[in-house]
Amino acid sequence: MPGKLKAKIVAGRHLPVMDRASDLTDAFVEVKFGNTTFKTDVFPKSLNPQWNSEWFKFEVDDEDLQDEPLQITVLDHDTYSANDAIGKVYIDIDPLLSCEAATVISGWLPIYDTIHGIRGEINVLVKVDLFNDLNRFRQSSCGVKFFCTTSIPRCYRVALVHGFVEELVVNEDPEYQWIDRIRTPRASNEARQRLISLMSGELQRKIGLKVLEMGGNAVVGYLQCFDLEGESGLVVRAIGTACTLDKLSPGTAPNTTTHTNTHTLPNTAPTSNACNSPSKDSKEPVFSEDPPHSLSGPPTPLRTLPSSSPPPFSPSKPCSRQSSSSDTDLSLTPRIGMGSGGSVGKEAGPLKTLLRQHTQSALEQREFPIFTLTCFPPGFLVHVGGVVSTRSVKLLDRIHNPDEPETRDAWWEEIRQEIKSHAKALGCHAVVGYSESTSICEEVCILSASGTAAMLNPRFMREGCLDTGGSDHRLSRQPHPGMVGSERGEGEVSSTWLGFEDASPPSCGFVHIPYDEFNMPFPAQLTYCYHCRRQKVPDVLFTTIDLPAEAEVTGKGCLIQARLCRTKKKAQGEVNATSISNLLPFMEYELHTQLMNKLKLRSMNALFGLRIQISVGENMLLGLASATGVYLSALPAPGGIQIAGKTPSDLSYDQHISTMQKRIDDTIAKNKELYNIHPPKLFTLDPEAFTGLNTECIEEVVGSPIPDRQRSSRLFRSTSESSDELSELDLSHGKKDAFVLEIDDTDAVEDIQSLLTDAPIPAGFYSCNTEVMPGIHNWTSGLQMFTSVRVYRLSNANLTNQGLNKIFTDLCENLLKSLYFKLRSMIPCCLCHLNFTVAVPEEELIQVAVTAVAMSFDKETQQAADKALTRGSGENEEQLQFSMEMCGESTISNNQPTAKPSGVPESAMVHSSRVSSSERCSPLPEGRSRSLRSTRSLPCGAPVTVVKMTPLSFLPGTRIVKYLGIINMFFIRETTSLREEGGVSGFLHSFIAEVFAMVRAHVAALGGNALVSYSMKECVFMENPNKNQAQCLINVSGDAVIFIRESDQEAIPPLLTSRQTSSTGADGTT
Amino acid sequence: MSVELDVFVVNTTIMDEEVYQLWLDGYTVNDAVKVRMEGGVLEGCEASAEVLHSDTMDQYRTFQMCERLLHSPVKLANQLLFQIPPHRQVMLIERYYAFDSVFVREVLGKKLSKGTKKDLDDVSAKTGVTLKSCRRQFDNFKRVFKVVEELKGPLVENIRQHFLLSDKLARDYAAIVFFANNRFETGKKKLHYLTFQDFAFCAGQLISNWTVGALDNMVEDMDVDLEKEFLQDLKELKILITDRDLLDQHKSLVCTALRGKTKAFNEMEANFKNLSRGLVNIAAKLTNTKEVRDFFIDLVEKFIEPCRSDKWTAGDMRLYLTHYTNSAHVLDTFKHQVVWDRYMGVIKSCILKMYHD
Repeated sequence: MPGKLKAKIVAGRHLPVMDRASDLTDAFVEVKFGNTTFKTDVFPKSLNPQWNSEWFKFEVDDEDLQDEPLQITVLDHDTYSANDAIGKVYIDIDPLLSCEAATVISGWLPIYDTIHGIRGEINVLVKVDLFNDLNRFRQSSCGVKFFCTTSIPRCYRVALVHGFVEELVVNEDPEYQWIDRIRTPRASNEARQRLISLMSGELQRKIGLKVLEMGGNAVVGYLQCFDLEGESGLVVRAIGTACTLDKLSPGTAPNTTTHTNTHTLPNTAPTSNACNSPSKDSKEPVFSEDPPHSLSGPPTPLRTLPSSSPPPFSPSKPCSRQSSSSDTDLSLTPRIGMGSGGSVGKEAGPLKTLLRQHTQSALEQREFPIFTLTCFPPGFLVHVGGVVSTRSVKLLDRIHNPDEPETRDAWWEEIRQEIKSHAKALGCHAVVGYSESTSICEEVCILSASGTAAMLNPRFMREGCLDTGGSDHRLSRQPHPGMVGSERGEGEVSSTWLGFEDASPPSCGFVHIPYDEFNMPFPAQLTYCYHCRRQKVPDVLFTTIDLPAEAEVTGKGCLIQARLCRTKKKAQGEVNATSISNLLPFMEYELHTQLMNKLKLRSMNALFGLRIQISVGENMLLGLASATGVYLSALPAPGGIQIAGKTPSDLSYDQHISTMQKRIDDTIAKNKELYNIHPPKLFTLDPEAFTGLNTECIEEVVGSPIPDRQRSSRLFRSTSESSDELSELDLSHGKKDAFVLEIDDTDAVEDIQSLLTDAPIPAGFYSCNTEVMPGIHNWTSGLQMFTSVRVYRLSNANLTNQGLNKIFTDLCENLLKSLYFKLRSMIPCCLCHLNFTVAVPEEELIQVAVTAVAMSFDKETQQAADKALTRGSGENEEQLQFSMEMCGESTISNNQPTAKPSGVPESAMVHSSRVSSSERCSPLPEGRSRSLRSTRSLPCGAPVTVVKMTPLSFLPGTRIVKYLGIINMFFIRETTSLREEGGVSGFLHSFIAEVFAMVRAHVAALGGNALVSYSMKECVFMENPNKNQAQCLINVSGDAVIFIRESDQEAIPPLLTSRQTSSTGADGTT
Repeated sequence: MSVELDVFVVNTTIMDEEVYQLWLDGYTVNDAVKVRMEGGVLEGCEASAEVLHSDTMDQYRTFQMCERLLHSPVKLANQLLFQIPPHRQVMLIERYYAFDSVFVREVLGKKLSKGTKKDLDDVSAKTGVTLKSCRRQFDNFKRVFKVVEELKGPLVENIRQHFLLSDKLARDYAAIVFFANNRFETGKKKLHYLTFQDFAFCAGQLISNWTVGALDNMVEDMDVDLEKEFLQDLKELKILITDRDLLDQHKSLVCTALRGKTKAFNEMEANFKNLSRGLVNIAAKLTNTKEVRDFFIDLVEKFIEPCRSDKWTAGDMRLYLTHYTNSAHVLDTFKHQVVWDRYMGVIKSCILKMYHD
């Protein structure tokens, strides 16, 4: 009995009229936790009841505290008939279980009913007293912090990254239980909401346990998803990255670091490792060895189809296996032999091998060296290989025993194994920026996973749960002076090489190939890095991660989307699944080709944040790939696109081709201007790169003899055997150009069409699907998070692939156009983190949902900043300083393994700031004071806290001072009066607005003023217009935080102040 | 292919003021799109009519959802559904409660009843204001009326507090409520030349001088009604016209003061008795609620029209009324100075306001 939950019901307001006769309501409240229920008195005849109840106390296990939500039901008392429910509030008390998160939940929360929506608000106070848990065999994991943010949270420092955690729970969906036939829709919806809330809690608790086992204290990049499998059940699954986080004490604020070690740090770790190098022999087997836990689970069950999860594609497969065994020797020798500076080769070779083997030992012991992070502490990411992805088509079967979700577990395990092996084939030992998703249609389910193969710095991963000797290792391996020395040496080298001082080679480190040049897993064209000139880089790089802070980018980036629609025959069971899995590789291939074309058209050479979604419907498949294209300065300039015809004799045909070519060339030129892509002129002094700056395009066209399509393998697809046929097919027209489009090919015509029909972004707008836009730094605080949902009905007349493609492309383009128009008042602005979700809810329906944040920036200073940054490392000041701080700190605490009890000073600081702010509580501005005065006579007074929401992990111009806990909410809304509520649009509009309102209210009740890393993970909409009915399910999540403005760090926003004073006031009354 | 569903929801609700105005003016979505197109909103944006239509629909939906809250503006400030910045809230409320002067002129002084509401289509046809907008404005009047009807304390302040309106708009609403409550006749042909602002000014004068709350702010009573006692006292003024001596004396005093100061002196002298009778009779009749309704028509018929036909200038009018009021103080047999001042103060400013073409 280690916890006491206390709840107090203060008041209600804006309640609906429940008694038509008196136009009033006799409201009372039931407070339920687990199986215990308390009731308040009835507050008669009021729409603004003041219950002011006693403290209801629940004595419960902390296990229950984690699993169960606090359930508050507001009812209307009726003497003669049954009491009518007004609505409910579910409160997740998890944030109260961690000492570093929120301490009290206090505020106005909307009362929600699944049929009527929000019906008034209720003011509650919730607290938890936790007793020390002495039970070693506990089932709870209180205190483990959860973050949706896929980077290290802003006010924490990462001590160790433990690795992948996953969990999955299944249950029967109440909507499909027999009882659903006799209960009301409301009861059914509430059962579902409650079940999912319970399952989320359980999932989080179980993941927390795993984290504790690993020795961590937090989960970063926590991604929880629902699979509504219909008849076969309900799956809630989550993945995340277990970490040990230390709270940054207020004294060591990010800006206290010195500038001297700015450029030294990102590459310190690799070089320093050179001191202790175990023999190759000892390490060799470790590397090639299969992971011990691999696929211990049962083979895929029952009706599973293995079709679309075969090994990568065949040509690369043998090479990749080979490379893994003979890797180290090969990677060493060629470099030395290259003669491009012996010192470089020597340094790079062992560096890489050592790195591999160190990380190896740390990583190989884990089943999955997989990380959900997309943004990393400096130095964490050493090399990036490319995108790895896997899809698998499964047939759903009823989950017979909810307590043993083995089938689903095995499916995912299989997929992760495959991802891991793909990464290995790319010469990488880890996968970062990893995510999983599903698409379900009837009984067919496509499981997808993707990530970026990468080499990581072992420094962040040593020790933990592995062994106690880890700390010694770390000490010995990180001789500080040596590291500085080697660093200096490098600096000299680069200065002589590149003709300027203070070069920071590590900024290009992550683009250097991790795989072996002479034994590449796939054909690619390598050149020497345009930045450091010493290592090989690929010509194009695709990744799922965010742009690393240290990356040097030329110009600005932009959103690149590939869209594809493919019809399929309606079918059942295995036939259906087979046809889907046969289609998948073609879709992936085409999406990839589109991406490549569009990237070239924008004269860019790398994609970040790549997300490929394939959705399945009854008679079609939709594919949508989104990514942010950039020009990485370290990679070669992309070649143009050349159009070629098969019958060059025909004159008019030639003409047609040349006009096409001209249009494409014009577009490329225009795009270069638009995205300000003027590759740096720093390399003029470099003999190798001396190619005449203005002609780099032509030079590239001539100088890249490798056929285009082979590059497509950069996206390491695991689709099926058919993909290699395709790439062979491409080789047949290997022209000299960087990129050739054969126009006879109908696909190519389509490609060109889609290339040229992409509408240009209106002036003043930029867009990306990553956290931030490269090349824009001076954000203002103006930001606007939005969600847009559209459903289109296809007229069944034109269901050809091409017609569908056109329609689908237009849908996306129109949606974007609409967004630009609506947000035009924010110009100049950038749409960040544009997240598209497509679905085929019914035959002939396509649903597209977009969530993003529009952030305005300052144009005037932008240009100045651009100039200042032409040579700089392309990261903004704040980030730079922050990263320095982090690394400086980490080296210190590596030497002193005992973490500082930094929670104490932090809380002290928060406390003092509260006091000071309440003292300073200034008279409100005029407009507000008037409204206050006017409301005084009324029962409900306090102003509403402004809560900002953003899908990003930060708010520009502010500093996050506290993470209050994760918000993970699931809502169902149903109506039987669709027309009366304004049709489907009216219904969904108000539902989304209500969801936002509830999220904001819960953030505010935790004491926060913003929700970061917000995402709407599920938006399932179903309608039956004939019956005048509709239903919608929405799942949202994010991290509740307190931020303060950078400009006035002391002054806490007035609204926050008022809330906090009120909450402290409430404390006093207890 | 057709768009089945199309929504756009933002965290911080921003509303296009132009679209809001179109919505308030009762434009349909299609008409609003047309107006916006003509207004050139698409210039500079690479957007189509489709985009504009979708945007207009979104905004209209938002307004409709907000409308419920706008009915009790205090709720708007502490509701949770829409996060609207305070200055935007002020704008939303102010615009929602704004009204067309042509419309208000039609219903001013009418009973805010269902019957009147039924006739709104005629008003709409006559004024060119859309029926939808007419209904909104009428409902606003009625809503404000209903709320303040029951409240004690100063009328303007009550309206301002409960509807969070600006001072100017609150005063206008006070006038509307006051007129509706006292059912002043404003629709007669002779009154057509008067604008709403003329009436609003007069209402303000009446409210602040002739109601119960006017004398003593501490009195916790409504100032929607004229003070009964005062109206009774007004009867006493009749002596100014019934007592022949007093009338002559008054006339000679006024004429002495005016002589040589105005071109219209002869007309003033000739008409003095008629005009004075007119004004005093109005005062004497105010105890009768029916007569109260005719207050403005009486002022026009009995005073303003004769003066206008004699071509008095506004300056003449001011001069005349000033001396007419002040001279009464010199009459030693006239004992009702306080009531006279209270009466004439309002009458003077009302007439000055109403004396135009």
